[in-house]
Amino acid sequence: MSESKFKYQGVGREYQKKLLTAWNDRLQSAESEGRKVAYLFVPGNVAEFLRVFDFELVFPEVNALQCGVRKISGDYILKAEDVGYSPDVCGYVKNDIGMMLAGNVGPSGHKIPKPDLLLCTYCGCTTFIKWFEALAHYYDVPLVMLDIPYLRGSVIEETDRQYIVQQLKELIPLCEKMTGNKYDHDKLVEITKHAAEAEDLWVQILHSAKRKPSPFDSYFEAVFFMAPIYILRGLPECTDYYREAMKEIQERIEHGVGPIPEEKFRVVVEGPPPWPHFRSFWELLKRWGVCAVASSYSKVGGFWDHGFRHDPTRPLESIADYCLTCYTNQNLAMRTDLLKTYAEEYDADAILIHSVKSCRSFSVGQADMREQFIRKWDLPTLLVESDLADPRYFQIAQLRNRIDAFFESLEHKRLVHA
Amino acid sequence: MLVAGVDVGSTQTKAIILNENGETVARGMVNTGANVVKAAEKAFQLARQSAKLDEWDVAYIVGTGYGRYKVPFGDTQITEISCHARGAAYLFPNTRTILDIGGQDTKGIRTNDKGEVVDFCMNDKCAAGTGRFLAAAAEVMGISLDELGDVALRANPEQDGVLRITNVCTVFVETEIMNHLSKGRKAEQILAGVHQSIAARSVSLLRRVGLNPEITFTGGVSRNKGMVAALQEKMGMQINVGPDSQFIGAIGAALFALERAKARHEGEPTAKELQA
Repeated sequence: MSESKFKYQGVGREYQKKLLTAWNDRLQSAESEGRKVAYLFVPGNVAEFLRVFDFELVFPEVNALQCGVRKISGDYILKAEDVGYSPDVCGYVKNDIGMMLAGNVGPSGHKIPKPDLLLCTYCGCTTFIKWFEALAHYYDVPLVMLDIPYLRGSVIEETDRQYIVQQLKELIPLCEKMTGNKYDHDKLVEITKHAAEAEDLWVQILHSAKRKPSPFDSYFEAVFFMAPIYILRGLPECTDYYREAMKEIQERIEHGVGPIPEEKFRVVVEGPPPWPHFRSFWELLKRWGVCAVASSYSKVGGFWDHGFRHDPTRPLESIADYCLTCYTNQNLAMRTDLLKTYAEEYDADAILIHSVKSCRSFSVGQADMREQFIRKWDLPTLLVESDLADPRYFQIAQLRNRIDAFFESLEHKRLVHA
Repeated sequence: MLVAGVDVGSTQTKAIILNENGETVARGMVNTGANVVKAAEKAFQLARQSAKLDEWDVAYIVGTGYGRYKVPFGDTQITEISCHARGAAYLFPNTRTILDIGGQDTKGIRTNDKGEVVDFCMNDKCAAGTGRFLAAAAEVMGISLDELGDVALRANPEQDGVLRITNVCTVFVETEIMNHLSKGRKAEQILAGVHQSIAARSVSLLRRVGLNPEITFTGGVSRNKGMVAALQEKMGMQINVGPDSQFIGAIGAALFALERAKARHEGEPTAKELQA
């Protein structure tokens, strides 16, 4: 892309880095400046609610994935195994435990503050509970479990919604006592308004991948673009970010360009990325001109593209809906249908499943998904396996073989039937 | 016109030379060993020597197998999944399902009536159910790999009962075998159990792509008669296997080479012409 033609390329990544650095700076100074810190998980997080009390928010999965990208997760995982964690335990958990044992300096070199509160939203991933139980033991701080009923169908039951709202209300006195800040409903209204604005913009970016060629890779690029909506949602700078990022995408659309020089195959991707080998994995697919036009992973922090928004007119209820509809809280049939719907909406040629060895909540049932896509819907599907944090599970020769064979046969069919 | 396919597998490297009618003119096979480039050159050289051919007599070469990018004289590379499908359809035209058991890989491939890959599945991160599993069993029992199948076929389950090998790990299976040996179990009984264990794993892999007849068995392990028998018993049907089954990947690669050589622009000089 020549510079004269393009003004905004790289903005999405650069601005994201700047925001993340500012966030890390804030976390680093939280303890000395007397700000309280809450740890919470990305799926179904109640960030908006906690922001009312001015908690600083730490997301352990975000730290873990960044350690993966920076190729330091392997050492932390070994540290956790040294103290007895089994090789089968979630790579994110072991990364986090190892990092904590090594002094809790985050992947960017910033000190990560200790939690004052561990708030576990249980959204279908049982490991979350054990993870925070371990942290509660190590840090000796209160662990609050927010129990989210498993989603049983596409319609949200009012009783489920009210069950979560009631739990949030019960949490108010603890948060007030901990931070000294009173619950302020108007503030929550304002925060959810900011969240909804950012969500609108993010959805526009995600939907842009319906174009041909897609201006955006909804997996390999989305993982960078989605960071602000996970860690800064509800703040005005989050909305600003998506306004700027949208300019980059808009510019690509105007010039008919995308993330790869020539889009040959459009795929829907299921499962989290192999962070320690993120680049290598992308390269294996780029060689075939593969663009991810939709992915489930980019929705792991929220399902906005099918209509959900945080709602300033009913803030607590919309937070409850957000928790209920998160991807890990959906059953296998719903997840399978969703991926198939994506394949239709985004006119994808195939589905690519990256199965994660140490992740139960994502990986269970993926082999069945694969069979259903192929047999029931005649959707070519490739399942490959490695891990999200443990570099030992990434075998490039095996992955290349499977990826090459898959796209080779798709290409052959295309040539023959042309 | 002559073309070649070179299949660089994890254990053995195979080369096939075909004439323009797709008939096999020569074949060569060597152990892959540590030097993949050398193995590819050597296998190709053996094939050429057996037909008294010069390197430039071969118009187009396709490399396949794990070491396909290490075939320095190859014109292009195609994965062994596509090549096995192509080769199997050529030797057994009614093939719809392929089971390829190689040194470190077991693959199930579903093909259509044109020999195109429709779906495939492979073992992941584990060598149980591959040739390596058999090699481990052979080693601990002091029997050569070539005799393994014949010994297993001598088992008499009616007299001695069926012995199940329950281990799914290539490393730990040795311990299990030693345990059976120490209990005085017969070698043929143990080996029958080993073959049945691999057959069960392979069939469950095949079910993931669909067990549609005809089934063609390829790869190094297809030479093992005990394995063929165990698979047929498990599936309850006959499977295709032939003298060239181990070469099917190389044959498929050579067939792709033939197709591409023919598609080459007529005015374009061949390698031999360029050399002259």
